[in-house]
Amino acid sequence: MSERPFSGHPGESRDPGFFRSVVRVAKTWVPASAGMTGMVAIPLLALAAAPPSPGLGRPATPAEIAAVDISIPPSGAGLPAGSGSAVQGAAIFSEKCQSCHGAAGAGGPMDRLTGGVGSLATPTPVKTVASYWPYATTVFDYIRRAMPLTAPQSLTDDETYALTAYLLSVDGIVAKDAVLDAASLPKVAMPNRGGFVDVSPKKPR
Amino acid sequence: MGERETDEPVAGGGLLHRRAFLTAGAVAASTGAAHASIGAGSPPWMTTMTGPGPGYGLPSHWAAETKRVFQALPGRPGTGASRTPHQALEGTITPAGLHFERHHNGVPDIDPAKHELVIHGLVRRPLVFTLDNLMRYPMVSRIRYVECSGNSGGFIAKDAPQGTAGQLNGLLSCSDWTGVKLSTLLDEAGVDPKADWVLAEGADAAGMSRSVPLWKCMDDAVIALFQNGEAIRPEQGYPMRLLLPGYEGNANVKWLRRLKVTAGPTYAKDETSKYTDLLPDGRARIFSLDLGVKSFITKPSFGMTMRGAGVYEIAGLAWTGAGRVARVDVSADGGKSWAEAALDGERLSKSLTRFRLPWRWDGGPAVLLSRAHDETRAVQPTRDAWLAQFGPGQGYHYNAIQAWAVGSDGNVRSVHV
Repeated sequence: MSERPFSGHPGESRDPGFFRSVVRVAKTWVPASAGMTGMVAIPLLALAAAPPSPGLGRPATPAEIAAVDISIPPSGAGLPAGSGSAVQGAAIFSEKCQSCHGAAGAGGPMDRLTGGVGSLATPTPVKTVASYWPYATTVFDYIRRAMPLTAPQSLTDDETYALTAYLLSVDGIVAKDAVLDAASLPKVAMPNRGGFVDVSPKKPR
Repeated sequence: MGERETDEPVAGGGLLHRRAFLTAGAVAASTGAAHASIGAGSPPWMTTMTGPGPGYGLPSHWAAETKRVFQALPGRPGTGASRTPHQALEGTITPAGLHFERHHNGVPDIDPAKHELVIHGLVRRPLVFTLDNLMRYPMVSRIRYVECSGNSGGFIAKDAPQGTAGQLNGLLSCSDWTGVKLSTLLDEAGVDPKADWVLAEGADAAGMSRSVPLWKCMDDAVIALFQNGEAIRPEQGYPMRLLLPGYEGNANVKWLRRLKVTAGPTYAKDETSKYTDLLPDGRARIFSLDLGVKSFITKPSFGMTMRGAGVYEIAGLAWTGAGRVARVDVSADGGKSWAEAALDGERLSKSLTRFRLPWRWDGGPAVLLSRAHDETRAVQPTRDAWLAQFGPGQGYHYNAIQAWAVGSDGNVRSVHV
């Protein structure tokens, strides 16, 4: 895999200069031609040079980043402090979620969240959090940013941990008395973790 | 050549050569009679002085029935989609007010003065951009389509869905987008060589977010600020959206507020629970961002009535996420024979291409199909071949050949072939 050019901020490493085209220099290794030995490095000038940029991005402070960085990847990086239990989650679920997702997340009118484990290869696959989602971190992330639909971002971190624990306890993915936090949530083994085929587009050669 | 360019059929069912309209002669005749005042026989709009149009022009009130079709999901406030009425449109550019929309918790009303785009993560300098700042950047304009990967998903149903071309295929639109190349902003932030993905996040009430390969962000991704020359519409992401030409619509995150450069994908809800494609063995394709080659016929189509035998133009739209459309074939006999359609206008990459073909309808039953090929030699599959790839109920990325049946009564309905 070739190394991606590390381009710095215009103010730091290059003079953007009005009306002067800025070219990016890429290094590539090409086979030596006849009469030469080994490999030779040839700097190539990118033909599609980027126009000069005004460089108006303002540095983001750590506090500004923390305020918007709400996404939680499978590693659990960025999970907040706090915790919640499946027992607490059951009470929150009946108060704030059940009217849309049904008792114990059985569905209706909105998405079914529980059950269906092992159904994906059958003639009637049922895709739920339990049967389909590959990572428990996604459950926490999504509940915290978007649920309930009528009051998104209203749940506390503790409530979000509790709801995640409750939903996963319905199908026994975690115990009925499980407590989830930043350390335990990423370790939850989702049943369909290995059920996806990555077909992400690759850079054309 | 050997090809006939007359009005003799070139395939079954009365399909004529694609240049038949162009080579046909035209005869004009006019007669006139003397009047004392020529206005006596004129329509009122030729004999009445009127005023200017409004500050922001609208379609003629005579054409006011051309609207998006909004389909709310019962019991699901705030979520839904509205579709572009392709049966009523021509050319390839979608009027901004008729661009399809899909939202996951309503269309936000964003104050541009309070909206910022943050770029952070694996970058040397995390940066904040305001709309005002972005307006000073060098811009690019690109005519590109956006298609929801759920578009045309109704065709997986056992019985052919009955609806207009827009109801069935209207999660597809094409605009002239203008904005700042994302690579310009990422270069300014200084991407870490360890990075391979970017999480894009919207400022809507769903915080809709998707992971995108970094190479795409550095390639042809645009932070779009303008749509068909004017500020991007609220339904399309005002004040800014991510445009990823050729990628499924959902990844073109609207109301863009944050880009986090990461080593791997984030596995957001909308790229795991949704927008993944179940396979027959129970596994599912994930990050299936590429859209395939596809076409459908807009005229004639469901809801139109053919008024007797004679010459008609078959027209439709073709596109591919892989680049340019190479060719479109049309059949009027259910696929037994095919004729090559004319590709009208410029064939732009990752844009809509209009195809046309003259047709002499004999007044009897006919089944019309279109089949697009792209420059990578990909061809639209048959419905059976498409269905065989996936598990039950999987409707994302439907790009199979579609068919309209014209009855001897002139009515048009959808059929599976």
